[in-house]
Amino acid sequence: MRSARQQPFRTAVLILVWGWLLFLVFTPNLLVVGASVMTRDPGTFISLPLNLDAYRQLLNPLYLEVFLHSLYMAAMTTLICLLIGYPFAWSLSKVARQHQVLLIFLLIVPFWTNSLVRTYALKLILATNGLLNSALMSLGLIEEPLQMLYTEGAVIIGLVYLLLPFMILPLYAVFDDLRDDLLRASHDLGAGRFSTFIHVIVPLTLPGVLAGVMLVLLPAMGLFFVPDILGGSRNLLVGNVIKNQFLDARNWPFGAAASIVLTLAMAFLMFAHRLSKRRIGEEGV
Amino acid sequence: MKQTLLSLSNLSKQFDGKTVLDSLDLEIFDGEFITLLGPSGCGKTTLLRMMAGFEHPDEGTITLGGQDLTHTPPENRPLNTVFQNYALFPHMSVFDNVAYGLKMEKRPKDEIRERVEDALAMVQLEDFARRKPHQLSGGQQQRVAIARAVVKRPKMLLLDEPLSALDYKLRRTMQVELKRLQRELGITFVFVTHDQEEALSMSDRVVVLKDGHIQQLGTPREVYERPANLFTARFVGETNFFPGRVDSANGDDTITVDVFGLKRTFRKPDFAVSDGQALHVLLRPEDIRVLAPEEDDGVSGKVVERNYKGSTLDSVIHLEDGTEVLASEFFDEDDPTFDYRLGEPVKVSWVDGWEWLLPDEPAPAAEDDTVDA
Repeated sequence: MRSARQQPFRTAVLILVWGWLLFLVFTPNLLVVGASVMTRDPGTFISLPLNLDAYRQLLNPLYLEVFLHSLYMAAMTTLICLLIGYPFAWSLSKVARQHQVLLIFLLIVPFWTNSLVRTYALKLILATNGLLNSALMSLGLIEEPLQMLYTEGAVIIGLVYLLLPFMILPLYAVFDDLRDDLLRASHDLGAGRFSTFIHVIVPLTLPGVLAGVMLVLLPAMGLFFVPDILGGSRNLLVGNVIKNQFLDARNWPFGAAASIVLTLAMAFLMFAHRLSKRRIGEEGV
Repeated sequence: MKQTLLSLSNLSKQFDGKTVLDSLDLEIFDGEFITLLGPSGCGKTTLLRMMAGFEHPDEGTITLGGQDLTHTPPENRPLNTVFQNYALFPHMSVFDNVAYGLKMEKRPKDEIRERVEDALAMVQLEDFARRKPHQLSGGQQQRVAIARAVVKRPKMLLLDEPLSALDYKLRRTMQVELKRLQRELGITFVFVTHDQEEALSMSDRVVVLKDGHIQQLGTPREVYERPANLFTARFVGETNFFPGRVDSANGDDTITVDVFGLKRTFRKPDFAVSDGQALHVLLRPEDIRVLAPEEDDGVSGKVVERNYKGSTLDSVIHLEDGTEVLASEFFDEDDPTFDYRLGEPVKVSWVDGWEWLLPDEPAPAAEDDTVDA
């Protein structure tokens, strides 16, 4: 029990935290929900009456196509991040402790540069007479420059480059927690490497996989500047749609509705993550 | 004649240039309870891991019933391990943990269910099959780990300090239970511990290890009463070391030794003795007799500490030359002089024939291979 003298401080902290959440998280989100059920108005952006037109508009085949294409690119990004990140995090957890710190540090260093700047750097590499094409041509591997920029591939490369650390870090955390004696126990009980991987390693690292997917998949649908810089006009993300609705098309209800759907998708993933952690007896996130 | 089940010969292992095992030989008999006992870093866990297949020796061979296992991976060895921290799979129920090994053998479902239920009944956990490991107490997790290891009917069960995480009372219960299981199953148990009391009370044979060498191999009684060297004597139980000097070797297989100025006659030891040789006279605290100061026999000293232990009275006595003597006496209600006050002068003696003699070793105890089978 806390003593009475500590109560004012405790109350102040709680008010600060709850106030912060209320005014800077809850209220803006509520405003978005509100905007999504209002009517588009050229003058004031939104007006009454309330309706679900914006959500109905989301089902428009045109937008559905953009959404599916965006989901496809985000899913590819996530898959590639997982395929690279899983073995990467596994090996990272195996190297000596003092080297682990250095490697994680190196993983985090790029964050110190603005991601917009890094995306422009990627553009210079992928451009028609960019670094990569010149290198391949001078090596004699290709005769003429490849069209890499403004393709779906370029967007996915950009997204993987920006989001890979978000996959590796949660995976590293679960691999770091994975006790060697569980793997030994599995071998001891007659399981080979493959069986041990399927029955022990995968289930025990699943919370990390889901956390990584959560941190990669949703941002990958929202990082609108990556397609803006690398993708050309055909490779849009949901993030571009939302941005365009607010800034260009001035259709706030529709942009808000798209945001809500994206948020709900995130909530669903978080729920799945919680469930997977509970399965192995850890507290939820 | 006892049959050798597992035979370790000439095993050596180094980690980062540090020798952990040094050409070690050991035969483990079928059906015995053998304990690897030693301080941390003595190589006992490495030895157990080599049997399980988690470590491979730099040199030497491991054979099980004549079959070479030295480089066989753990999954193909007919041995199972109970790990120090149980190593239960946290994402599986108790049932699935125990069933894991049988599933890997691809046994039919009915057989798996039957055998898992039998194994859980054996450790009295049949009602806990649906629980997850984190919902069990330490002792229950321990039982699941044992059930999981024995359900595969291994030729040998390897136990890596399995009781070290339990509290004292539970540890005693589990000791009894492990003994019972071993008798019922007839499986060879190889038990690793640093707890000498545990080793003595559970084992058929004890292997005392230090620095990758076997210091002594024998029954608990041999190890306790006839330690092969000073290390074993110090490590197993409490011992008084009295400095002695051989006065004369007598014709009738006895020698006369000068201990604290007393001339005592002892049985001639196994090692060669010559007149004037220094040796250690080892007496366990329970071999010491504390007498009234006016007795003729014994060495004078005074009581500096006394601990009432329920069934025994343990005292620490300082002799006049500063030697500290531990004495542990059973209560004798007929003896009026039994209880001493602190600081009270007493005399210390013992019954000749209960002593154990060891040659003087250069300190610290030499690392010679004193294998006494």
